[in-house]
This record gives sequence, structure tokens and C-alpha cells, in this order.
Amino acid sequence: MNITYRNESRTDKLFTLLNNTFMILMFLAVLYPIVYIVSASFSDSQAVVSGEVWLWPVRPSLDGYNAVFEYSQVWVGFRNSILYTVTGTLVNIVMTVLAAYPLSRKDFFGKNLFMVLFMFTTMFTGGLIPTYLLVRELGMLDTIWAMILPGALTVWNVIITRTYFQMSIPHELLEAAQLDGCDDFQFVWRVVVRLSGPILAVITLYYAAANWNQYFNAMLFLKNQAHYPLQLVLKDILVSNDVDVTMLSGDPQDAARREALKTLLKYSLIVISTVPLLIFYPFVQKYLVKGVMVGSLKG
Amino acid sequence: MLSGYMFKKRLVRSWQLYVLMALPFLYLILFKYVPIYGAQIAFKNFTVTKGIWGSDWVGLKHFDRFVHSYDFWRILRNTLILSFYNLAAGFPFPILLALGLNYLKSVRFRRIVQMVTYAPHFISIVVIVGIVKELLDPRTGILNKLLGFLGIAPINFMGEISYFSSLYVWSDVWQHAGFNCIIFLAALASIDPSLHEAAVMDGASKLRRMWHIDLPGIMPMAIIVLILNTGHILDVGFEKVLLMQNPINLKASEIIDTYVYKVGLTSQVANYSYSTAIGLFKSIINLILLLTVNKIAQKTKQGSLW
Repeated sequence: MNITYRNESRTDKLFTLLNNTFMILMFLAVLYPIVYIVSASFSDSQAVVSGEVWLWPVRPSLDGYNAVFEYSQVWVGFRNSILYTVTGTLVNIVMTVLAAYPLSRKDFFGKNLFMVLFMFTTMFTGGLIPTYLLVRELGMLDTIWAMILPGALTVWNVIITRTYFQMSIPHELLEAAQLDGCDDFQFVWRVVVRLSGPILAVITLYYAAANWNQYFNAMLFLKNQAHYPLQLVLKDILVSNDVDVTMLSGDPQDAARREALKTLLKYSLIVISTVPLLIFYPFVQKYLVKGVMVGSLKG
Repeated sequence: MLSGYMFKKRLVRSWQLYVLMALPFLYLILFKYVPIYGAQIAFKNFTVTKGIWGSDWVGLKHFDRFVHSYDFWRILRNTLILSFYNLAAGFPFPILLALGLNYLKSVRFRRIVQMVTYAPHFISIVVIVGIVKELLDPRTGILNKLLGFLGIAPINFMGEISYFSSLYVWSDVWQHAGFNCIIFLAALASIDPSLHEAAVMDGASKLRRMWHIDLPGIMPMAIIVLILNTGHILDVGFEKVLLMQNPINLKASEIIDTYVYKVGLTSQVANYSYSTAIGLFKSIINLILLLTVNKIAQKTKQGSLW
């Protein structure tokens, strides 16, 4: 809203004041829990449990992080999650571009049929059990494939990618390329992919976040703890409160101290598990608005 | 009508596009349509040895059993309460946030608010539930410490039946309001600035401009978002509910999806057919809701999906 006034009326000033207050409140409401968790994770365990931490770390310590480092199951999960996220996202991107490009072409014969087939699956699914039975039939239980293939493509992401292709890659470019003897395969690889940085960045973030955060498929399809992704390990610790205290250092006799360390471990885990996301997020954030805007267009 | 020759010619001309489409299409058939086909076990007595195709038909038996089961009304009520509560709270906040952001003068402040409010959207549900549990813990959580200062005895929020839906819904608003507002910011940005200029000339206050220009401007988008949300109304974050469930709040937190999961996969005798029937029951209600709301939107000429 860049309309400038020489003199704001009194109601407008009041409005601005109220609006700024409202925005600051929303901002703090989102920010405070995050700041608190980060501060708590860097504090002394006793200080956290006795409620001395309000905003900044109290008696800073890295005990929580030490405890996380010693908790071997976390590292198994981290490694698996990285594997699933990298492989899964790669598959996701390739599949999405493969589907989105033909759908973006006006002259693609059968385009509407494919669109209907894609859209229908967003409205109606077979449900949990038939999907589980299928994955079992395919012999994918307890393999990496169960984490990658059932979610190889998200229809919503295909649609926004297709819309982006339609809007940003002029048909004339294709015609010119075809005159130069470029076929569709070459066109996708040499032109489309290279001109679609912003949308590829956005769907990469969406897919990577979805893969990194995936726990439900893991819970359904994986039984062997050695295959658990980080989220499933987190679920045991954060939600089910299932911490193996023998993995925590400290005097076994001092139950209270261990109990406090357990709480601290959780705060540190929350921070550590979110770090990979925080590293990528700022790079992609500027594209987010663009991606969502493209996605919101009907087409 | 296309003649056979034309048909063939067009097919051949796009053969490379079909090759590109082959893998995604295969995926769609295998992982989306095969389960839809498999959902027929809802009408059968599925036995592993006979397979999906070979099992015996039993008609609507499983649906009948679910509708008449002891748990039916409780689960349906929980599902509906959680869904509508979530829709009612989750729908206006992104709009309010977008309108507010739109009137912020400082570009830098606006950017910072956006960056911070978008971020929780990408945090995993497991971690969100972990955060909620830590902050609300009766002994070590910050909220109970705060209540302690006010002289209120600690409350076991996760164990109180009456708090469950609010905890679920407001943590969801906290997580997604920022991200969901992006779409409305985009809609606001596309409103013709000359409307605002004209209104300013006529001496309209900011509040009036918000009411008469901004709000009507984002209305079509709001309707579409509402339709989409309604279509998935019964899909309340299943994974999150499952994570927030504990034996104490089960009475308020058991919803159709968690029930399907338990009956089908974690109970002693897994009943695939019964579980699938319950899931199908939900999918069909969802579909009907989506089509109905869309029809209403069409009738009132407020814009629709189709």
C-alpha cells in the first residue's frame, strides 16, 4: 500500500496504530515459542526444569547437545533421513517435471484426459489399507523404496509447475528451437529446466520439507529400527517420551538430574532436527511468494 | 469428430511427450488407481489367501456394522467438531494477517514478519507436537510456570479432554496462518491501485478502503480457499491427531482416520475390510461435501473450482 498522504486523518492514525499493534502481537506469538525453545536448549538443565528460563539462556551450557550427540539412535535416524530426503526429492523433481511439461503443452493430444486422471486422485483415494496392502504386495516393506515410491509425485506440485511452464516459456521459443532441429527431450533439458529456476526452487523446498518431515509412511512400512528416519526417532523421544536413560551421561544414582537432562535433551533435539530446514529456508524464501502465486492461478 | 487418420497422426506427433509422461503415468496408475481398485475389499470379506479379487462379496455389511457400532456417534462427532472448529479458526486468520501486512508502512518490518510467520509451516508435525507437549508439560512447561506465578495450580493440558480440540486447532493456526496468508497477499497485490487512489481522493479512511476495496478484492480467492478446505474437511490432520492422542484424551481425540488406522493395522486381529469400509465412508462424505459447496458457490456466482 504505497499511497502516501500529506496528512493522515485521526481515524487513519488510530487504524495504523491498532494495525501495527496487531501485527507485532502476531509476530511475537509466533516468535516467542521458537526463541524460548532455542534458549532453553542452550541453558542449564536445572534452570529449565525449575523455570528460570524466560527469554535468554540461563547459565549457558551445551549439556543438551552433548546428550543428543551421545544418543546413537538419533544419528542413525539423521543418516537415514538425509538418504531418504536426497533420493526422494530427486525422484520427486524428475517425476514432476516429466509430468508437468507435457501437460503444459497446448498441442499435447490427450492433455485433458491426463489432467482429469491426475485431479481425480486429489479428491478420491483408495485409503490407508489398500495402499498398505499394495506396498506389501510389492515387497517394499522395510526397504528404502517404501519411503520413496508411494510419494514419488504430488499432484498439486505438478499443477503449479505446469502453470509456471505455461506462463514463462513462450510457445515461440519451442517453435524456434524446433526449427533448429531440437526435439522435445532436448527442449525439456536444455531450455525448460534452465528457465525454471524459481519454480524448481519452490517445489524442491516443498518436496524436501515433506520428505524430511515424513513419519507416517515410515511408521506404516518400516519395522526395523535401523531404517528409521529421524522423525520416527523423534516421535519416540518427544511424543512417546521413550528415552533410553542408559544412553544419557551423568550419575545413575542422581535420578532428578537425569530427569532434568531428559527434558533438556528434548529441547536440543527439537533445535537440531529443524536446523537443516533453517539452512535452506532463507535461500528459497524469496521464491515462495512466486510459487504460491503461480499455484493459486486457475488453469 | 476426429477421423482415424487424424487421430493417429496427432498421437504420433506427440510421441515424445508420451514418453516423458510414461513414468508419472505409471506411478499414477500403480500408487493411486490400484489402491482405489483395491478399495473394493470394503464390500468383501478380505482374506489374504484369496487376495483382493478372490475374496467373497458381502455387500454393505461392513458399512452397516460401522454405522451401528458403539463407537460410531462418538467418532463422528469428534471428527466433525475438530473439522469445523479447525475450519472456523483457520480460515479468517490468514486473511486478517494479509490485510494487516498490507497496511504496514515499513517494508523491512513487513519482510521480517512474513519471514517469521511463514517458517513454522515447514516444521514437522512430530516436532510441533513435541513443542506443544514441552511447553504445556505440567511440571516443566513454561505455561504452567506462568500460571504458577498467577497462583493457579498446574494443569495437565494434554490430559484434559476438554482442551484437546483447542490445543489441536490453535497450534495449527500458529503453524500455518503465516504461510496460508501468502495467497491472500498475492490477491491483494493484484488489486488495481487506482481504486485506492480514487478512494483516497474521496476521503475514504483506511478502514473503509479495507472494507470496500480490499475485502471484495480478495473475496473470490477466499471462496476458492474455503471450498478447497471444505472438501478436505474430514481430513483433519490425521497424523497430528494420532501424535497428540493419549489414553486420557482418547474420548475426545478418536476420529475416523485414527480409528481406521487402529482397526486396520494395529489391533490384534487386523480387519482390513472393515477398516477400508470406514475409510471409504469418509472419502465419500468428503467428496459429497466438496461437490455441494462448489455447487453453492456457483449458484451464488462467487466463483468456483470448475
